[in-house]
Amino acid sequence: MTHVNSWRAGWQALRDSERVVRPYALTAGRTRPTGGRIDLVALVSAVRGGARRELAFDDASGLGPEHVSLLRFCSPHASVADLAAELDLPLGVIRILIADLRERGLVSISQPVATGHNDVRVLREVADALRRL
Amino acid sequence: MPYADSEPQGGRSPVPVAIKILVAGGFGVGKTTLVGSVSEVRPLRTEEDMTEPGSLVDQLDGVERKTTTTVAMDFGRISISEDLVVYLFGTPGQKRFWFMWDELAYGALGAVVMADTRRLADCFPSIDYFERNGMPFVVAVNCFDEARRYPSETMRSALNLTDDVPLLLCDARQRSSSRDVLVALVEHAVARLSSGQHVTPAR
Repeated sequence: MTHVNSWRAGWQALRDSERVVRPYALTAGRTRPTGGRIDLVALVSAVRGGARRELAFDDASGLGPEHVSLLRFCSPHASVADLAAELDLPLGVIRILIADLRERGLVSISQPVATGHNDVRVLREVADALRRL
Repeated sequence: MPYADSEPQGGRSPVPVAIKILVAGGFGVGKTTLVGSVSEVRPLRTEEDMTEPGSLVDQLDGVERKTTTTVAMDFGRISISEDLVVYLFGTPGQKRFWFMWDELAYGALGAVVMADTRRLADCFPSIDYFERNGMPFVVAVNCFDEARRYPSETMRSALNLTDDVPLLLCDARQRSSSRDVLVALVEHAVARLSSGQHVTPAR
């Protein structure tokens, strides 16, 4: 756990310090993610073993430190919105970084399906849970 | 919202079901306060292509080549259980932000439109948007201490609300009050569903 806390603290210090790089510099100027669309509340999960493989990242992999941080935050899983808020990066940038990881098989993405809202049972469960807040 | 890639396990997916709720309304109406009173609120940034209406408002002198603008949203998460999470997105209500609402509205359960009786017109664009989009919404009138109170009927008529749209008075600073607004929205969505209307807008 100490290990996890130390990288988290390190990232937070970095995040809170003034960012000197323009957001899209992190994506090498790319403004569109590769592959399919990634929803705001899609869940990103680190592929088992991916976090270990990440230790071997170097310049040749085309991945930067933000990719590494991102990978750590999505174990076991995190929503796109959570990742953007946690890493304090614009959604457009975070989507591109996530797509890079997906392309390399390091994360899997579960896209939400809208039909869940047509399930009265789930909605009643949500209402009951909110009432207990 | 179940997830496409997930494998059902004993009737429940291994990844959480995500419920997305939008909180809209004019500037300073209490969106951040409402999201913050029921969840931990964090800012969420987005860099968006600047639209024509936006370019009239945002001063571009000297930065004419700037084509994106940063929009900040309020983001809150309520983890109901390990497999059920509610996401709240407080979105700027001005019409010039409609371009980003389409994405936010996609797959959303519904919306809370917040209103302030002193500046009622500020919430018109939000109401227009959700009516047009067919998404369930409730209107929450945030009762500021210094604002005059009006009967519900007067406010409904001023907002030109149809009878089926719930209108509530709330105090966004109070967790219980904000919670009641969210419960009212979910119940409204259930009622619409029971009456045979699909909740999620087609896109």
